[in-house]
Amino acid sequence: MENSLDPVPSLLEVRGISKSFGAVRALQEVDFTLRAGEIHALLGENGAGKSTLIKVITGVFPRDAGIVRLGGAEVAPRSAKAALQAGIATVYQEVNLLPNLSVAQNLFLDRQPMRFGIVREAEMRRRAKTLLAGFGLDIDVAAPLGSYSVAVQHVTAIARAVDLSARVLILDEPTASLDRHEVEILFNIMRQLAGRGIGIVFVSHFLDQVYEISDRITVLRNGRLVGERETASLPRLELIRMMLGRELAETTSARAATREHQAREVCASFENYGKAGYVAPFDLELRHGEVVGLAGLLGSGRTETARLVFGAERADRGQARVEGASVRLHTPRDGVRHGFGYCPEERKTDGIVADLTVRENIVLALQAKRGLHRPLSRREQDEIARRYVKMLDIRPADPERPVGLLSGGNQQKVLLARWLATSPRLLVLDEPTRGIDVGAHAEIIRLIRDLCDDGLALLVISSELDEIVTYSDRVVVLRDRAHVDELTGEAIDVTNILAAIAADGAAAVAHEGRA
Amino acid sequence: MTALLPRRGLAQILALIVILAVDRVVSPQFFDLRLQDGRLFGSLIDVLNRGTPVALLSLGMVLVIATRGIDLSVGAVMAISGAIAASLADSHGLAVVLAAALGAGLLCGLWNGFLVSVLGMQPIVATLILMVAGRGIAQLITEGRIVTFTSPDLVWLGNGAVLGLPVPVAIALGMLILTGAVVRGSALGLLIEATGGNARASELAGVGTRAMILAVYVWCGVCAALAGVIAAADIMGADANNAGLWLELDAILAVVIGGTSLFGGRFSLILAVLGALIIQTMNTGILLSGYPPEFNLLVKAVVVLAVLLLQSPKLPGLAGIAARLRRAKA
Repeated sequence: MENSLDPVPSLLEVRGISKSFGAVRALQEVDFTLRAGEIHALLGENGAGKSTLIKVITGVFPRDAGIVRLGGAEVAPRSAKAALQAGIATVYQEVNLLPNLSVAQNLFLDRQPMRFGIVREAEMRRRAKTLLAGFGLDIDVAAPLGSYSVAVQHVTAIARAVDLSARVLILDEPTASLDRHEVEILFNIMRQLAGRGIGIVFVSHFLDQVYEISDRITVLRNGRLVGERETASLPRLELIRMMLGRELAETTSARAATREHQAREVCASFENYGKAGYVAPFDLELRHGEVVGLAGLLGSGRTETARLVFGAERADRGQARVEGASVRLHTPRDGVRHGFGYCPEERKTDGIVADLTVRENIVLALQAKRGLHRPLSRREQDEIARRYVKMLDIRPADPERPVGLLSGGNQQKVLLARWLATSPRLLVLDEPTRGIDVGAHAEIIRLIRDLCDDGLALLVISSELDEIVTYSDRVVVLRDRAHVDELTGEAIDVTNILAAIAADGAAAVAHEGRA
Repeated sequence: MTALLPRRGLAQILALIVILAVDRVVSPQFFDLRLQDGRLFGSLIDVLNRGTPVALLSLGMVLVIATRGIDLSVGAVMAISGAIAASLADSHGLAVVLAAALGAGLLCGLWNGFLVSVLGMQPIVATLILMVAGRGIAQLITEGRIVTFTSPDLVWLGNGAVLGLPVPVAIALGMLILTGAVVRGSALGLLIEATGGNARASELAGVGTRAMILAVYVWCGVCAALAGVIAAADIMGADANNAGLWLELDAILAVVIGGTSLFGGRFSLILAVLGALIIQTMNTGILLSGYPPEFNLLVKAVVVLAVLLLQSPKLPGLAGIAARLRRAKA
């Protein structure tokens, strides 16, 4: 990207990495450069390709194209262990150590100090103690690792990696389960290691932390490199735009402009609805014939809101109403009974039943709603399946094919068909266009509009802001697991959404400054 | 009803035909049937009769396995229901005996289902509890003795005949039809297959996956209890130590031979029962052949391997390798 005349010699150079899983291109010619002694943040939304990139670098996945150079020499590790031997260590969010063994045993696993074939326990403990002291940790190294906090486990994993003469340390969401104080400890260690010339890759979706600790930032989106910047000279708004927006083109809401603002009937409403530790209480009104978009960064509470609304998660406060009447939404069954439908983000694990046919997948929710004793006859099933295969143009148009053999876009259409068959009043769509090829992408967006015109209420989550702007009548913006803003009509555009998402960061930094 | 007769039964039917042919070779009278006192006799009838307990077990087991579960306790449940039936047979009417024995099976199934679906225990561990404890319960009921009875009603259940068929065979046939009608006649079949295929997705689609799982364990318990009553009626007594011993493994085997994956999802009732018959046809054939019964286990293993190989989706790949090897030689 910029500064091709790199004054600082690079430690890890990744050039032109591509990786596909079947037809899905997870990485396309991605470059990444890590200098010795720097902390480099690797950012991107879900599905951007961060994890794939890390796994390709560390040899967990074989790469399709591209090269990796470490200290100028080309490396091609075939496994995480080989990568470790080459000097690239990775510490994952879920620490890959053995909680039932002692801290010392974990540190020296596979390389215990031996004498006459017997592990020298005392020697091992002494060395473990010294090693951890270097990280400012004074603990009983004979105690099981599992008895310590996640923070200590992380530091242990890092200490082990560094002691194995790692030159590159990759930390994948290390702070996700740490409290503020523990994050400080971790950051101190990271700075200390960087000072010793180790290059650190820091993957996180906490932007405040990224700004606090990183020297440079690389952003990926949809498997492509968006850019590499110096953290100090990258405004937060610009960063979020790199992560979310397709380009700076100001898409305005086609709907807001063309449709009159008529008072529509309320379909479902939620008052002070929330769950402790999940999403802060929110008010939300969903009206017939209206699309409400949920925008926010990864982990901002979008999916959590969707699950509460549908009943996949049980709220611990607030009141839900459907067509004005108070209802209880404790289980998905409750949601289905009240005419709600939910297409989850994780299609494969939460959506389709891969072994069953397209027909069976389509009729599943309708059959569950009707109950056991009122089975749909085979003829009815065939007819429903045929109708929706035609209506949504599901390909191949064979209702008897196992749904697992279909492409992502067609699987998504099958899920939509499953809910449309139940004649719902409200559909909740979580990232309906993720991992779908361009053609199907446009079709799904067209479908969302059509459904809405038919009087359905829709709640749609998407990371693609211009997409949200295109179809939403209202946009609710989330941040840190709370609803923070609602945009309507003319106000719906990418700039305003970005501003709402970014606003908090500045406020939080200011707040930190005062504290 | 087409769902009852899946297209994929070919491997099992072929296997059964091959084994029957081998049986015919080792025992020339194998296909002979004769009618005596209104009941058919012959090796084929014997296969059906002896195969009844495992066939009944496999009817329940196949549904449990379809939900991605397993029930190791069916052998122990057989022992319990047999012990109850034998203890009550000479003092109570058949209706009471059956109600008590089957009721016990239902309770056992509820217990298993509760552990798996409500408490979320792993099926193999949850049912292991009753597998161990159940035999103890049966021994407590029989007070450690072999309880015998003479009640003609119960003896008829094990040794009588209906329309020329042994009563156990008629009962198993009836249960197959009943289970098929309930499962495929209602939406249960689809919802069980969906639950087994992807429980999370099914739950989000509004399927009552917990109720579904509870129901299949209950049905499995009832089927096992019925098998236990028939086994006891057959020998006119209950032996808590040996009734149904290791039969859970035969039942699982029957289900697997029948093409239902231990990973849940698609299942076939008829093929599971066919699996049970394949096992019994082998057992009977080996007995008739005069080989020492020790061979039984080995032959069983070979046949199981053959059937599973025939079903393996990777077999065409193996055939391809073989073809390439042949080409290389030529």
